[in-house]
Amino acid sequence: MSGVAAEIAFDRATKRYPGRADPAVRELTLTVPSGEICCLVGPSGAGKTTAMKMVNRLIDISEGDIRIGGSSVRSLDVTALRRGIGYVIQQVGLFPHMSVADNVATVPRLLGWQKQRIAERVDELLDLVELPAEDYRGLFPAQLSGGERQRVGLARALAADPPVMLMDEPFGALDPITRARLQHELLRIQHEVRKTIVFVTHDVDEAILLGDRIAILREGGVLAQYDTPDALLAHPHDEFVARFLGSDRGLKLLALRRLDELDLAPLDGAAGPTADGSTTLRDALSQMITAGSRSLVVVDASGQPQGVVTLDSLTGVAA
Amino acid sequence: MIPPGWPLAAQGGPVIPDFGKGSDCVVENRLFCPDWVRDNWSGTLQPALVEHVKLTLIAVAVGFALSFAAALATHRFRLFEKPMVAFAAIVYTIPSLALFQLLVPVTGLTVATVEVALVGYTLLILYRNILEGLRSVPPDVLEAARGMGLTRRQTLLRIELPLAVPATMAGLRVAVVSTIALATVAALVIPQGLGYPIFLALHEAFKTEILVAAALAVGLALVADALLVVAERALTPWNRTRRAT
Repeated sequence: MSGVAAEIAFDRATKRYPGRADPAVRELTLTVPSGEICCLVGPSGAGKTTAMKMVNRLIDISEGDIRIGGSSVRSLDVTALRRGIGYVIQQVGLFPHMSVADNVATVPRLLGWQKQRIAERVDELLDLVELPAEDYRGLFPAQLSGGERQRVGLARALAADPPVMLMDEPFGALDPITRARLQHELLRIQHEVRKTIVFVTHDVDEAILLGDRIAILREGGVLAQYDTPDALLAHPHDEFVARFLGSDRGLKLLALRRLDELDLAPLDGAAGPTADGSTTLRDALSQMITAGSRSLVVVDASGQPQGVVTLDSLTGVAA
Repeated sequence: MIPPGWPLAAQGGPVIPDFGKGSDCVVENRLFCPDWVRDNWSGTLQPALVEHVKLTLIAVAVGFALSFAAALATHRFRLFEKPMVAFAAIVYTIPSLALFQLLVPVTGLTVATVEVALVGYTLLILYRNILEGLRSVPPDVLEAARGMGLTRRQTLLRIELPLAVPATMAGLRVAVVSTIALATVAALVIPQGLGYPIFLALHEAFKTEILVAAALAVGLALVADALLVVAERALTPWNRTRRAT
């Protein structure tokens, strides 16, 4: 299942629209390492979708360059470029007159794959997105739920095993439960396929959950900060980034780490409420508050006490 | 007022059998005489029906080809839309009698005169519906197609044209039914189609012939419409399916 991935490098990529003084994206420079998810977040008007669409040249680059695996997207034939990049959008854009199987087969057909190979690939992908091929391949998009449609959209984007995927708020139109389920599905699939993914979202929590790295853009298409979620939450560069991450960014940071990642204080016969090592620091804090305790005894999976976590050790996490 | 070559003057012999030889029903000119229909089916009614089908098929086929080309051109270059709609609408509003009068000096009392008129009346509905169909493709579908690397031509052939089928078929149904109705007027110019027996019978005030020819035209329209509905269902399997659960 695992295919090749490629690094995406934005090199002072700039988009100017005629008749407008300020660029929509200004000298964006960042590198998405091969096999990682990069989330582009920012308020509306920050140019995140514009930045993403410059990668497959749905929007032309005005100045600067974007390189995939070292070669400039400007040097490639535009249809060949796009066929080599998985593309997922919020409204999915499934072809309503084609069956699920035909939708998924779109790019392999454009690339002239053999029939047998296409059929096998379609079944493999439908299984990957947990839509049993036997039940789903003959259905039309109108017969699917919103979540199922986006699963098909994801399978279609992965069909020709592109090294790079672009996802434009793919889960934005789904209900919260379906969205959460698909976010975790994406992580599971990404664990298998290891694509380089540029993922646009306006939802900071989604970016923190999915992104190996997050690029925060501000109005005018300026990159405010590009870092891992942990580093962003612990050390936002400026007031804008801190505000964008939210006043609860301390709690978000706690949610990223688990008790068993901490250096625990020795037991010394301490007693009190207990928590499993897999508990997030955020939940541990919550437990301290509800229990009225300044410490918790951390236990392993078999219930054996491992050490103690104190309120002070939680508040010192970002330091 | 009767122009030279007027079919009633030129060819209008009595189609009603000699009153002396006809059945009582025919002689008395009752509302409907089955025996007259039986006697005149192969000689009068069937040829008229076949001619009527031919007139309609040619008109709709040519009208469709012209409208399709015009709609594609408009889809590509928006500029064409206003002049095209204006032209088709003007043609559509010309009364058929007047249109024949205008055409006869040019094309004479020929099938061409009739077809030019019939084709003209199909343009507005077909052009509009095909164009509307091409434009009915949701923007997200087009964006996905572009993003996946379909060329403009592939998008047209694989996405836009199939999705334009429902609107196109709706237009075809109206065009076919209205052309079948309108083609009866062809008898003003040429002795063909189901209009011809009606004209002759009007002249003779013979009820059965008017009734049967009119009923054949209505029946033809109904059958053609039903066939097009079947064809549309076969062409658009995705529209038949509804969520199973």
